[in-house]
Amino acid sequence: MMDSQAQPAAVRARGIVKSFGTGDTKVMVLRGIDLDIYLGEMLLLVGESGGGKTTLLSAIAGILDIDDGDIDVLGVPLGELPVGKRTTFRGQTMGFIYQQFNLLPALTAAENVAVPLLIQKIGLPESLRRARAMLDRVGLSDRAEFLPKNLSVGQQQRVAIARALVNEPRLLICDEPTAALDGPNGEKIMELLREVGRSPDRCVIVVTHDSRIFHFGDRLARLTDGRIVSIEPIAREGTA
Amino acid sequence: MNYVALKMLFGDRAKYLMLLCGLTFAVMLIVQQGSIFWGLMIWSQSSISNLNVPIWVTDPGIAQVDEVKPIAGTAVDRVRSVPGVEWAVPLYKGLLRARLSNGEYHQITLTGLESSTLIGRPADVLEGRFEDILQPDAVALDQWAVERMGGPNVIKVGTIFELNDKLARVVAIAKTQKSFTNIPVVYTTYERAIRYVPRERRTLSYVLAKPKDGVPVEEVTRRIREQTGLGAFTAEEFEWKTIWWVLKNTGIGINFGTTILLGFIVGMAIAGQTFYLFTVENLRQFGALKAMGTSTFTLARMILLQAFTVGLTGYGVGIGLATVFGFLTAQSGGLPFIETWQLLLLVLVALLAICTFSALISIIKLARLEPAIVFR
Repeated sequence: MMDSQAQPAAVRARGIVKSFGTGDTKVMVLRGIDLDIYLGEMLLLVGESGGGKTTLLSAIAGILDIDDGDIDVLGVPLGELPVGKRTTFRGQTMGFIYQQFNLLPALTAAENVAVPLLIQKIGLPESLRRARAMLDRVGLSDRAEFLPKNLSVGQQQRVAIARALVNEPRLLICDEPTAALDGPNGEKIMELLREVGRSPDRCVIVVTHDSRIFHFGDRLARLTDGRIVSIEPIAREGTA
Repeated sequence: MNYVALKMLFGDRAKYLMLLCGLTFAVMLIVQQGSIFWGLMIWSQSSISNLNVPIWVTDPGIAQVDEVKPIAGTAVDRVRSVPGVEWAVPLYKGLLRARLSNGEYHQITLTGLESSTLIGRPADVLEGRFEDILQPDAVALDQWAVERMGGPNVIKVGTIFELNDKLARVVAIAKTQKSFTNIPVVYTTYERAIRYVPRERRTLSYVLAKPKDGVPVEEVTRRIREQTGLGAFTAEEFEWKTIWWVLKNTGIGINFGTTILLGFIVGMAIAGQTFYLFTVENLRQFGALKAMGTSTFTLARMILLQAFTVGLTGYGVGIGLATVFGFLTAQSGGLPFIETWQLLLLVLVALLAICTFSALISIIKLARLEPAIVFR
């Protein structure tokens, strides 16, 4: 296991408060979250449904405005960035893996993987070349021209991982990446994420409630009722 | 991202085809109805365009070319005396009944041209020699007269019929623009036309004139109006006066306008709804794009590209279909069909409005879209 906490914090969240609704229907989802996530580590964010995991993930990604608190990502205070610059910053520094994959059905696997590069205004031929190389890394080079509907769910999630990593993001955000997969496929995806996704200059945040994959992470943060109740390193076989 | 936008558009084949059909239908309907409408308007002023003279002098209260209000015979000389007038000739135009040898009656428009110049004669002659109308009892017909009065077996060069109990012998068949009422036109000399019609105090229908070289036609018509007290119009003015009269006094404008508006509304409704559905069904994908760093501006550009791509394709297909329809109807001669560049430009503007409207609904939806939707 990497000594990740010797690395600088890639994400630094302080006093995060977020609520939805107003008046009697107001629900406090995050109640003052403090969290540091370091480069080189894979942090698993776990907890019961409705505990605020996805809301925290959205806040860290800068796609959901918070009511109070500060979030710095790679030293940049997200709250101080205007919406347009925040969108650009997200495109340049973050990669996303979703529970439902969210692949564009009309695009081939290679084209789907190329999308983040196209967003960065990299030309189509170069984007496709890099997308195919990335698909090769996730073991799907022979499926590059397949449409998502012609891929298995496991293969679709591999494509999603390739898409998330193709622009070399420093922050990889994964929302329930194994929820749509069966046990063995979930394991394979997590192995792939550890193998391909982790690197010393990248941190990976995984929201999950799938206890079968806890051992893939470096630290486990438990979120209950809008508060982080514990953050603990994950012991792995052969490590002290 | 243009590539992604187009792949998304063409990838959802069912919706793409529905959009294309809706827009094609709208364009086809507007172009087809617009072209027929304009064709009818051209027909309505064919009595003016067929004579091809620059100035028409009329009764000052005239409303349109087919509503003849006779003027004094001295008008010709009065017009000739106006400075800037090169020449002025009389024209008779009136309705009469023709009796064929088989006993059938047909209403005709009798046109009497000044005999020494035959000014106002049709440019193209299909059969015979137009100059032969100078012979005794000779008349020329337009090709529509042949069609309306029984066909080429009944009416041809050499056919004799009666006009007000006087003989008329066909010496030529001329090619002209069809008229709105499609009443056969019989050409003869002015003097003979006067003999054909029942006696009236005033027989001069119009004075046709031309300005001298270098004198603007508008200036000469203004002088004729001022110095003679008669009505005087350039051919173009008189054509528009006739068109406006038809629009004001018949239901044609409202009728065609309603159909064209319907095409516009149906096109907008189908395109708007389908496009909105397309966006809503791809909301998660758009959310994912937004989360991955696509700005709302880029998404709006993608939506507009999709809308204009399908719109311009529909424009091309719609115009193609309308043109084929026009070509077929023009061949049969049953319907007027005049497709002008102005109409096509107008339809393009209308189509772009439909596409912009459709895209805007989707863009508003996407602008309000929280990218966090992808995590739900």
